[in-house]
Amino acid sequence: MSTIVYFDALGETPGAAQRELIAAGLGLGDATVVLGTAPSAAALQALGALGVSRVLAPAGDASGSLALAQADTLLAAVRELSPRAVLATATPRETEVLARAAALSESGIITGVTELSADLRATKSVLAGSGRSQAQASTPTVFITLKSGAVAPAAAPAPVEAQLSTLDVPARAGAVITARTPRSRGGRPEVSDASVVVSGGRGTDGDFAAVEALADALGAAVGASRVAADAGWVGHELQVGQTGKTVSPQLYIAAGISGAVQHLAGMRTSGTIVAVNTDEDAPIFEIADLGIVGRLEDVLPQAAAA
Amino acid sequence: MSKSSGAPLKVLVLVKYVPDAQFPRHFGPEHRLVREESILSELDEYAVETALEISEAHGGEKVSPVTVLTIGRPEASAAVKKALQMGAANGVHVSDEAIAGSDALATSRVLEAAVRRLAPDLVVTGMSSTDAETGVIPSMLAARLGWPQVTLASGEVSVSEDASTLSARRDEDAEVLQVRATLPAVLSVTDQANEPRYPNFKSILGARKKPVQTLSLAELGLDAALVGAAGSGVAVLEAGDAPARAAGRVIVDDGQAGVALVDFLAERNLI
Repeated sequence: MSTIVYFDALGETPGAAQRELIAAGLGLGDATVVLGTAPSAAALQALGALGVSRVLAPAGDASGSLALAQADTLLAAVRELSPRAVLATATPRETEVLARAAALSESGIITGVTELSADLRATKSVLAGSGRSQAQASTPTVFITLKSGAVAPAAAPAPVEAQLSTLDVPARAGAVITARTPRSRGGRPEVSDASVVVSGGRGTDGDFAAVEALADALGAAVGASRVAADAGWVGHELQVGQTGKTVSPQLYIAAGISGAVQHLAGMRTSGTIVAVNTDEDAPIFEIADLGIVGRLEDVLPQAAAA
Repeated sequence: MSKSSGAPLKVLVLVKYVPDAQFPRHFGPEHRLVREESILSELDEYAVETALEISEAHGGEKVSPVTVLTIGRPEASAAVKKALQMGAANGVHVSDEAIAGSDALATSRVLEAAVRRLAPDLVVTGMSSTDAETGVIPSMLAARLGWPQVTLASGEVSVSEDASTLSARRDEDAEVLQVRATLPAVLSVTDQANEPRYPNFKSILGARKKPVQTLSLAELGLDAALVGAAGSGVAVLEAGDAPARAAGRVIVDDGQAGVALVDFLAERNLI
């Protein structure tokens, strides 16, 4: 089946989520990678190493555009290739690009898919994690954003030489990015991609030192509840929950987090859940594989040192 | 209300009437969500607040009115009413049996038709609904209208004094962006953008007199075949409760719980 795998941009070392998406596209069949901005020679080589033979990208750098130029590029590729499926990772940016291209090609779109079958039946978590639905598109092309882990990893394909074709996309006036300031994560993994996440909430009382120390001992990402992020104890980019990140790591440790619906929505599909809380009636204990009624400032450092 | 001097503009806020997430939510016939105990989507309150602040900076309700638009069954007017109580000037309720069961694609068609008819300078939305949670509508609508999109704005939202330009801050994982666009435009705001106001007694009473116009698909000039299940690009095949997650073991810290935690992780090969 003809498939497009879309990325806003790709560096010379594609991340785990990006590699997984490429494998998903190749697994469905005849896959072309479409990029929102022109790749470097090294990025193109990396795509070839992942088994991608066809790459489409615009001639220029579109990184100053917010979704518009990227979506026009994707739309041009869709019109050229008439793919059955367009896949992207479920990041906010790429979701917006797919949404625009879906609207302009009058196609169905399914977001945040956690399982995709060969006949494009898409399973996703709904209602803040309390429900699950399965959907399928009726339009000739379907746009799908995938959560990491949605497709079983296939055997590594043989490396090929990636051929880049340039898409000629006329520039249009739209929203422009006038300034950008990098943010630092202190060298820790990104919370959406990490296989282990240690999160802190109200119970930290603003002191994330114990959470960070355990995260570093486990090589984990640091996460936070909405309460902790709203209080300014950590940046909002670390927030796990309905209005933050939805994560599904192998291990999720919730420290001083009571387990409001808003938070559970973002982490209830994690492999193993451990909760540390002083309140034995905290709702988080209802879904934890191991619950510890105790002070996080006692339990976490002891675990980090053990 | 802050002293304002900006040029007038028309602001349209999109709101959705959704089941209250504080109660258990379930699917009914045709895999459609049971819409009892519904409210104005919490994330739309930030959009209403943003619209009101922009209106206030541009002469207030009389010259820069905020119109609130919803699509839904007759009961959905409750979401419009709440926004009017917060301070919006008037409401528009697109209601038509044929719209039920619309997916994002079909919904974006109805919104496009309504926005073209109402001709605002600025459309404001929340970051996503709290029921479908797709977050694609602002982008789909902007694409259809051919208007710039300033999406997921998390602060510093403002419209220039001459009402020509919209700017906002967007917080992404790796960077913080400043984004700018000329009006008309579509703006979506996150729950970081502001603190939505609470309606007070006076504004609740005042809202009773505010006009709410009801529009059908025919009045929007939209073919019923383009909406509802028939006009949707995606069909839901199954919908139900997620498999329950059983509670595991709960221990009380006896001074050795940190060690017990590490033993537990080792047992499960997680370290």
